[in-house]
Amino acid sequence: MANLSVEFVLQQLLNGISIGSIYALIALGYTMVYGIIQLINFAHGDVMMIGAYVGWYCTAVLHMPFLPALLTAMLACSLLGVVIERVAYKPLRRSTRLAALITAIGVSFFLEYGMMFLVSPQTRTFPPVFPQTIYHVGPLNIKYGDIVIITVTLALMALLTLVVKYTRIGKAMRAVSFDKDAAALMGIDVNNVISATFAIGSALAAAAGVLIGVYYNTIGPLMGIMPGLKAFVAAVLGGIGIIPGAMLGGLALGLTEVLVSAAGFSTWRDAGAFLILIVVLIVKPTGLLGANTREKV
Amino acid sequence: MLQLENVHVYYGAIHALKGISFHVEEGEIVTLIGSNGAGKSTALKTISGLLRPREGTMTYVGRDLTAMSAPGIVRLKLSHVPEGRRIFANMTVQENLDLGAYQRRDAQGVKKDAAYVFELFPRLRERRTQVAGTLSGGEQQMLAIGRAIMSQPRLLLLDEPSMGLAPILVQQIFDIIRTIRREGTTILLVEQNARMALSVADRAYVLETGRIVLEGGAEELMSSPEVRKAYLGG
Repeated sequence: MANLSVEFVLQQLLNGISIGSIYALIALGYTMVYGIIQLINFAHGDVMMIGAYVGWYCTAVLHMPFLPALLTAMLACSLLGVVIERVAYKPLRRSTRLAALITAIGVSFFLEYGMMFLVSPQTRTFPPVFPQTIYHVGPLNIKYGDIVIITVTLALMALLTLVVKYTRIGKAMRAVSFDKDAAALMGIDVNNVISATFAIGSALAAAAGVLIGVYYNTIGPLMGIMPGLKAFVAAVLGGIGIIPGAMLGGLALGLTEVLVSAAGFSTWRDAGAFLILIVVLIVKPTGLLGANTREKV
Repeated sequence: MLQLENVHVYYGAIHALKGISFHVEEGEIVTLIGSNGAGKSTALKTISGLLRPREGTMTYVGRDLTAMSAPGIVRLKLSHVPEGRRIFANMTVQENLDLGAYQRRDAQGVKKDAAYVFELFPRLRERRTQVAGTLSGGEQQMLAIGRAIMSQPRLLLLDEPSMGLAPILVQQIFDIIRTIRREGTTILLVEQNARMALSVADRAYVLETGRIVLEGGAEELMSSPEVRKAYLGG
């Protein structure tokens, strides 16, 4: 049985926040895309994987420092996200949601096995991008990587919140997500806004991919599946389509996982996560923050 | 200013507009009246680019609208206040107005027009930072019209602005419509409330199951026995 000292719990909370903020970054893309075209983009985790590979290539082959590598991966994946939407989802916008969902699963397989073909199924090791410093703050051991993950995630979330709330494109995204026809009548080009949403969501996923790569050191073509699924759970947990919900859901999921592990049930970690999803959805089907139904007068 | 010629529109297999032709001249208030399902809203949606005609031509200020996208049509200063208001209920009043000015880059002009909207609708100024979904029905209609004004329309399409409003508010909305026309905006008005519509309009067209069955000056139609019987309650 684990030793339940205060230090131990704090340490686990820190780990939970680290992994949870990565889930949150991926969950944001799920929730934004769902909010705007009501599609569960099952290829989203694989976009994260591509982001990890771009980050790996930048650091391991091109010897770029962390920040430029992160930005390159984000840029590359935002383009990829736009292309995926235009090629695979846009032609299906007026067909059934099931058709689009199946296509998303198809895109997911395409990215996974396309990458296996291109870069081989072997896992790759990230070069040590960060110093292996561990800071001892009181009883806590804080890894340099933890600090980077939490800082990068918070910065990106703050930026996203500002963009969505105050910028022209942000207002357009909210308008399109609420009522596409009314948005078009305002003179908003709905297709461009959908592309922008995919670009932003995919860039966040790429950031998550690079962070996972540098944190866990190894990457592989199938690395997107489990975090992708968990991020989807996080998005639903927080209330799908709601941006703060994705952030909250990601953190909640990360903390739960770590606490389930810490309580000595580490093999039950994933089961615990999904159990929580089921319970929340039974009690509150719209998710933690999904209280408001639309006002239709 | 706006000319429709033999316009046919379908919803899937349903033939909603069966070759309608009408025109609106600069400075006029023209109304389309008719019962539920006659195709009035369909006509407006087709003009503003939400629906595509399968046949026929639509020109506006000398430009062909038939293949133009909704944002492209807004750029030509043609704005549509849709049926049911369709305000962005999860955003504030101010944000709704900002979205109305989405295509504009002249911050000063936008500010001036917002001031004009608040002058027309003082209630909106009081509720500027309030979420639009919490407004009353009348206030939401004011917001929908104000939002459209923010795009500086030369032609304004109004779909059922009186729907679901108390008589005193209906009167108020129609007063505003007169004011907007006086300020130089041409108006195409769709209404089920034929009496109010005819009282404000210069000319009118009567739609029945996708066809224009009657047209003429508003006063003339007001006194026509067919119109009185079918739309004005005898």
